[in-house]
Amino acid sequence: MTALENSLAASGTAGRPRLVVVGNGMVGHHFVEQMLGAAVPFAITVIGAEPRPAYDRVHLSEVFAGRAPAELALTTREFYQEAGVEAHFGDPVVSIDREARTVTTQGGRRFGYDKLVLATGSFPFVPPVPGADSNGCFTYRTIDDLGEIRAAAAKARRGVVVGGGLLGLEAANALRNLGLETHVVEFAPQLMGVQVDPEGGAILRSQIEALGISIHTGKNTQRIVAGEELPLAMHFADGEVLETDLIVFSAGVRPDDKLARDADIKIGERGGIVIDYRCRTSDSDIYAVGECALWGGKIFGLVAPGYQMAKVAASALTGGDLSFHGADMSTKLKLLGVDVGSIGDSHARSEGALCYRVVDERAGIYKKLVVSADGERLLGAVLVGDNALYDTLLQYCLNGIKLPAQPLSLIAPSGGEVVALGPDSLPETATICSCHNVSKGDICCQIDSGVTALSDIKSATKASTGCGGCAALLKTVVDSELAKRGVAVNNHLCEHFAYSRQELFHLIKVGGIHTFEELVARHGQGLGCDICKPTAASIFASLDNEHVLDKPHVGLQDTNDTFLANMQKDGTYSVVPRIAGGEITADKLIVLGQVAKKYNLYTKITGGQRIDLFGARLNELPLIWEELIAAGFETGHAYGKSVRTVKSCVGSTWCRYGQQDSVSMALRIEHRYKGLRSPHKLKFAVSGCTRECAEAQSKDIGVIATDKGWNLYVCGNGGMRPRHADLFATDLDDDTLIRYIDRLLMFYIRTADRLQRTSVWLENLEGGLDYLRSVVIDDSLGLGAELEAQMEHVVSTYVCEWKVAVEDPEKRKRFRQFVNSDAEDQQVVFVTDREQIRPATPAEKRELATVA
Amino acid sequence: MSCDFIACHVTDLVEYSGVCALVNGQQVALFYLPMRNPKIYAIDNFDPIGAANVLSRGIIGELRGELVVASPLYKQHFSLTTGRCLEDETVAVRVWPAEISNGLVRVGHPQQSLIESAA
Repeated sequence: MTALENSLAASGTAGRPRLVVVGNGMVGHHFVEQMLGAAVPFAITVIGAEPRPAYDRVHLSEVFAGRAPAELALTTREFYQEAGVEAHFGDPVVSIDREARTVTTQGGRRFGYDKLVLATGSFPFVPPVPGADSNGCFTYRTIDDLGEIRAAAAKARRGVVVGGGLLGLEAANALRNLGLETHVVEFAPQLMGVQVDPEGGAILRSQIEALGISIHTGKNTQRIVAGEELPLAMHFADGEVLETDLIVFSAGVRPDDKLARDADIKIGERGGIVIDYRCRTSDSDIYAVGECALWGGKIFGLVAPGYQMAKVAASALTGGDLSFHGADMSTKLKLLGVDVGSIGDSHARSEGALCYRVVDERAGIYKKLVVSADGERLLGAVLVGDNALYDTLLQYCLNGIKLPAQPLSLIAPSGGEVVALGPDSLPETATICSCHNVSKGDICCQIDSGVTALSDIKSATKASTGCGGCAALLKTVVDSELAKRGVAVNNHLCEHFAYSRQELFHLIKVGGIHTFEELVARHGQGLGCDICKPTAASIFASLDNEHVLDKPHVGLQDTNDTFLANMQKDGTYSVVPRIAGGEITADKLIVLGQVAKKYNLYTKITGGQRIDLFGARLNELPLIWEELIAAGFETGHAYGKSVRTVKSCVGSTWCRYGQQDSVSMALRIEHRYKGLRSPHKLKFAVSGCTRECAEAQSKDIGVIATDKGWNLYVCGNGGMRPRHADLFATDLDDDTLIRYIDRLLMFYIRTADRLQRTSVWLENLEGGLDYLRSVVIDDSLGLGAELEAQMEHVVSTYVCEWKVAVEDPEKRKRFRQFVNSDAEDQQVVFVTDREQIRPATPAEKRELATVA
Repeated sequence: MSCDFIACHVTDLVEYSGVCALVNGQQVALFYLPMRNPKIYAIDNFDPIGAANVLSRGIIGELRGELVVASPLYKQHFSLTTGRCLEDETVAVRVWPAEISNGLVRVGHPQQSLIESAA
C-alpha cells in the first residue's frame, strides 16, 4: 500500500484535521475560500479533475467573443500555495474508501481525510443516440471543450447545437461568434422550457431567428451518421435530415455523483448526492455542495445557491450554525442579446395561481405575472425581450410585498413609466445581491458603522461584485439610506469650489468661462490650490484647447504640464516625442540617438512603444525640442493628463495572421486624439487579430480586428488596479468606430471626476455598460452630435505644444533654470551605470563632493 | 530688514507662479501674486522632502487661508509666509525677505528655518 500523499501535511501541521475537497469548480473554490477565513484550522487538500484551477464557467461563452481563457480564472496555484492549501489538478479522484477514510486518484495517489467535501459538479448530458460519439461531436462545459470546438470550427461552415435551453443557447451564441451557420435542435416544442412558458418561448424564438439562427423544435434525433455533403447527418424521428460539420451537445447537465454512488452514499432517485440542511451526506464526515448535491429532492444548478451551500458546509465544519433551506432559482440573463427573466413560479403551478400577460410581437417583448388567487402577492413572472422590470418584480416576489390593485399596470402601464419599487418599501431582510447573499439590512449595518462610500460598501459586503445585476438597486438603496441618515454626500472639488468636477465642467461650458480668474470670481472663492487649478486647466483645454502655457493658464498647470515634460526625482525631465502607433523610420531613430548623445540623455523604450529620453535639465528642454521638431517629431504629451499612446501590432500588412491593418488604424486614432486633455491619462491600443498582441484589452480604448471590421473594448486599465476592458460593440466599420470613440471620450471628459480613470468612471456610472452603450450607440441623451462637434473642435485646433513654445520667446523664458544666471543646478549629479547616466544617490553625491 | 540683493526684474517673474533666482550661490524660489496689491514671496528652492531644487516649479495655492506652494515632486505644501510644511511639522524651508521696488525684485538675508537643521 502506498503512503498517503497528504500524511506529511497532516503530521507536519501538528495533527490538524485533514480536509479533502474533491472538485475545484466555482463552488468548490468558493468553499475553500470560506474555509481560509475560518477559525478552526484544517490541513486542506484540493483535488481538481481539470488541468487548471477554478474558473468562471458562467461566462465561458465570452471566450468566443474574444475574451482570453486565462481571464476567466477565479484563482491561481500560487494563491493556494500562499494560503497553505495543497492543490492537485488534472488527476481526478476515482474512488472513496469510507472505511479507511481515503480517496484515490486516477493516477493512483491516495489522500487521507478526516472530513471530505464533494464538489464534483455535473457533467453534460449526451442523449443516448447512436453516433453521438462520432468525430465532430462535442460537449460544452470546460475550457478544454471550448478549445476543441474552436479548432473544429476553423474548418467548418455549419454547426448544430443539440439543446434549446439556457446552456444550449449559450453554445449557439458561441458557434455564431465563431462565424458558423448556426442551428439549434430541441426535443421539446419550445425553447427554454424550464424557465419560460410556451408563449414566452415563442417570442424568444422569433427574436433569435431574427439573428439568423435556425431553430428546430420538437426534433427527436434518432441517429447520427456520415453525411453526403457535410461530414455528419442527423436523422430525426419525423424523417427529416440535417447535415452539419459539427454538433455540440448542450442538452442539460446531470449531477456528477458517481464517486458517492460507488461508495454507497445515499443518492436521489434521479441522481444527485442527498444532503441535509447542513450539506451533510448520509455519511456524516462527508459533505456535498453545488450541482452534485440534491437537497429536498432538487438540484440547484445556479452559482448563487452553490455559493450558499459552500458557506453552509464551511459553517458546519467550523462550528457555525448556518443552514441551507433551498434557494430562489430566479434568473436574469441576456441570451444572444435577448433579455430573458424568470422569477419564482414562472409556470403558474401553484394552486389557484392567476396570470396576467402582455405580448408585443412587433417589439419582441413578452411579460407575464403569476399572482396568488387573491391577487395580492406575486408568485412568479416571465420576461422576454425586456428585463427592465426584473429587479422590481423579484423584490415583490421574494419579499411578499403587496401588489398594486391592478397588477397589470406593472407590465402594461396605462401612461408613463412603471413606478419602480422604491428602496424604502423593501424590508430589512430583502436580498439586494443574490450572488453574495447581501440583504438591505447588511448594507444598513455598514452605513451605520460609518462606511458611506458606495465603493467601500461594495468591498465590505461584496454586494454587486458577482454578476453585477444589482448595481443600480444597490446604489439607490445606499443613496436612500444615506439621505435618511442626513448624510450629504460631499463631492466638492476642494475648499475653493463647492462643486464636483462634472458640475464645474458644466458651469464653465454653459457660462462661457475661459480663465481661472473668472471662474473663481463667479463660482468659487479664494486663490485656488493645486487641486482645483489643474482641474480647471484640464477643462479649459478640453473645451477651448488654448495653449497650456498661455498667460492665463500657465500658473494652473500640474508639475509636468507646466514645463511640457515629465519631472523625475532629481528635478530633471524626461522627453517623449510622439511615435504614433509605435511606427518609426530609421532616420528618425538616428535623430533620437543623436539628440540623446548630444545632451547625454538616458534612453529607454516605454510600454507604449515610444522612446523616453531622461536627464534633461530645464534649460535644455527647448534646445532638445528645436532639434526634434526640425527632424519632424512632435510632442508626445507624455506629461499631460491626456491621450498618450496608441499601441499597435504590425497587423495584416506583415503578419500572417492579421485580419486588418492595425497600424493604419492606430495612426488614424492617434493623430485624431493626440493632445486631447482629459480627467486622467488615456491609453489606446489596436490589435490586428484576436491574438491581441497589442494588449488592447488593458487599455482605456482597445480595438481588435475581426474578419468583418473592428471590435471596440472600453474602459480597461493596467497599472495599480488592473481591469480588463469591456466589449462595447462588434464588427464596426472604420468610421463608426471613430464616431463611437469620439462620443465616448467626450462623454467621459464631461462627466468623470478629477483623476478618475475610465475604468472607475464606468464602474460608478449608474446603469453601467448598458447605459454607456445607450448614450453612445443609441444616442439616448440626444448628445451625440454635440459630443462629436466638441471633439471635432479639439481635433481641428490641434497644434504641437512644443513647436509653439520654442517659437515664442515669452514662453521660452520660462525654461530658464535661474532668472538671473546661466549657471547649472549643482544639485543635479549623474553617475554612469550600464554605459548610460543615472541620478547619483545621496551617498554618491556626498562622495563626489568630498573628492571635488 | 534690508533687501539689498537685486535678484531680477519684475518682467522676469511669472504671474501666479514661480521662478528661481541665484542669490549669493543659493537657490531662491520667487512667487509673484500681482493682485491689487502686488506681492512677492521668497523661500528656499530646495524641497527637503524630495531632496531636489524644485519648489519654484510648484503650483501656488491657498489652504485654509495660508498661502502655499505645492511641491511638484510629492505634493507637500510649504507655507510661503512661514516656510512650514503643512503635512509634516518637523519639516520647514527658509523664508527670504523680498520686495518689489522700481520694477526690481530685491531679496534680503534668509530667516533661520523654523526647524533646526538635523545636520
